Amino acid sequence: MPIRLADLPRRRYGMPGNAACPGCPETMGLRYVKMALGDNVVLVIPAGCSSVIQGIVPKSGINFPVLNIVFASAASSAAGMEAAFEMMGKNYNVVVWAGDGGTADIGFQSMSGAAERNDNIIYICVDNEAYMNTGIQRSGLTPYGAWTTTTYAGKTEKKKPLPFIMIAHNVPYVATASVGYPQDFIEKLRKAASIKGFKYIHLHAPCPIGWRFDPGLTAKIAQLAVQTGVFPLFEYENGKFRLSSYSGMYRNPQKRAPLAEYLKLQGRFQPVLKDPEKLKGLQEEIDAMWRWIEMLEKYGPQALK
Amino acid sequence: MTMKALTGNHAVSEAVKLARVEVIAAYPITPQTTMVEKLAEMVDKGELEAKMIRVESEHSALAATLGAAAAGARAFTATSSHGLLYMHEVLWWTAGARIPVVMAVAARAIGPPWNIHVEHSDVMDQRDTGWIISVAQENQEAFDLTLQAFRISEDPRVYLPMIVTLDGFILSHTVAPVDIPSQEEVDNWLPPRRQPYVITPESNVVMGNIASDEDYFMMRYSIQAAMKAAKQVISEVDLEYGKAFGRSYGGLVECYRCDDADYVIVITGSWAGDAKKAADMLRDKGVRAGVARIRFVRPWPEEDLRDKLSNKKGVIVFDRSVSFGSYGQLFSDTAATLYGTKVSMRGVIAGLGGVDVRPDDIMSEVMDFVGRVEEVGLVYEPQRWMLPKKYAQVGKEVGL
Ligand code: SF4
Repeated sequence: MPIRLADLPRRRYGMPGNAACPGCPETMGLRYVKMALGDNVVLVIPAGCSSVIQGIVPKSGINFPVLNIVFASAASSAAGMEAAFEMMGKNYNVVVWAGDGGTADIGFQSMSGAAERNDNIIYICVDNEAYMNTGIQRSGLTPYGAWTTTTYAGKTEKKKPLPFIMIAHNVPYVATASVGYPQDFIEKLRKAASIKGFKYIHLHAPCPIGWRFDPGLTAKIAQLAVQTGVFPLFEYENGKFRLSSYSGMYRNPQKRAPLAEYLKLQGRFQPVLKDPEKLKGLQEEIDAMWRWIEMLEKYGPQALK
Repeated sequence: MTMKALTGNHAVSEAVKLARVEVIAAYPITPQTTMVEKLAEMVDKGELEAKMIRVESEHSALAATLGAAAAGARAFTATSSHGLLYMHEVLWWTAGARIPVVMAVAARAIGPPWNIHVEHSDVMDQRDTGWIISVAQENQEAFDLTLQAFRISEDPRVYLPMIVTLDGFILSHTVAPVDIPSQEEVDNWLPPRRQPYVITPESNVVMGNIASDEDYFMMRYSIQAAMKAAKQVISEVDLEYGKAFGRSYGGLVECYRCDDADYVIVITGSWAGDAKKAADMLRDKGVRAGVARIRFVRPWPEEDLRDKLSNKKGVIVFDRSVSFGSYGQLFSDTAATLYGTKVSMRGVIAGLGGVDVRPDDIMSEVMDFVGRVEEVGLVYEPQRWMLPKKYAQVGKEVGL
């Protein structure tokens, strides 16, 4: 059922005076989490921007119960909480809200373990494509060619194809989402909450600080990532792969907005804009992702069986 | 009550079951493994109504235990050696969260080179994390301490996590008779779980976000205050346990023939039994010896030790671990405790990596110490290494 904006709750989930930067995609995303799931949520947050956004005890800048936890263990702490709630007969949504570092790099082991055990949690990777909280260092999810403080000349490795790695874990639900498409994200969250087992949502989260763009452009850049085919939106549900409607038309490269439009709005892609070789590398990274999609659409998980 | 022949590991598993633990998360590591295997079996057979999370690492094991405890469940994990070191970060986080959790540690050496035998380096490495750390001498005590650990750590005056240490293989894998109370008896003695806060949608509590430097400082202070309060709680629990189940150990320190002793051996763990034997043998030889067995490494039993040891001629401390570049950890703490007294002291590092130390060996070291004290009066020898026999020559050359 399509989500009508008018039906969404109007409560404040990000409090005024929280410590996020202007235009922060994380506070946008967090708001959508509660709009989707209501008050039936406990967050587990490993180190990252969101541990700072909450601000200083005893207050909190976000209206959520939160267990903040060390970097490498968000998924396992969440699994422990969920186990406790299950023992008590409570049906709460335990949601991990972790950055790309806490997910693809230092936190990968515990997330992969929780996925393999099919622990009943929703894991959201808020992918702002670098370690922003420590000052914009490259991560396993930084795109090829992008500048960060540890890749001055542009990253020389490609982005880890994490959503596909999670599909390979054969969990009941994997989806990509974007802060530029809140309705799509909310729908996916609600679907995830209705499924028992491990749910993974990869949320694209353009960060004005780390990506070097005007804080007023967060939503626009998020949308451009989808429209240029850089970040396709899809779902994998109980063995079925489906490109989301917002990304459907961009399967055809001809229909996509020009990549340069996405790149030139951001400071971090200067190395790519200056060097055709790097641009080629980034294009390859994007093409490879679409080949995954093509393969999954064509053969689906039957190929795995 | 029933007597059962149990390994130390299985004795702990029985206690965990009787405590009605609701969530267990663990990763296998020698020599802890059989403890959680037994628990997994109990859960699968329906004897224990708990959720078992078979995690992919020790870091996750303690994180899952912490998550479960923060959500309101009585939770347990266990580990050893490298596993405990891998958890180290989460140990800090658990104590800082002031969340009661119980963990058993089958004490074992740390590589390289690989060595699976008993040593206390793994658990001593956790002294500064804010966990209460107890050490059993026997399987029965490992059982008793595990039950007590829930009561101690969940006491509102404490609210700190607690480790129960049992020596790898010497206790973990050795069968001994263990007196097991009935479920009803334990239910009457162990109150339902208490904890400082619970994180749920209803409670809307946030744990672990940023604090001001001053608040951070005060939270550290509160852990120290809780450690202090824990001393009282540990003694109370020891006495009440004695009333309910017939076994009391003397609180933080167990004193064996200390009262009239001139020389006291300070030691912790299973080899305290050998030290007691050595004390008996020394007495036969006319040396009035006793043993102060440290049952709790943290909180450190400062008052008890000062009270018991400050009028002795000599105190000799045996450490099964070392703080490299300094001394054995028990020695350092004992020396700090006895600062300003006129007691002779010697620190002995022995038995690392499971190297056998017999009552004879302890006795001759004490005899040597007694000789020195009689000869020169006040002696302060903070570290002597009791090297394995085939390396005795090396010792002479290096002369530590
Ligand atoms: S650095 Fe980026 S993600 Fe982090 S708080 Fe600032 S805007 Fe948000």
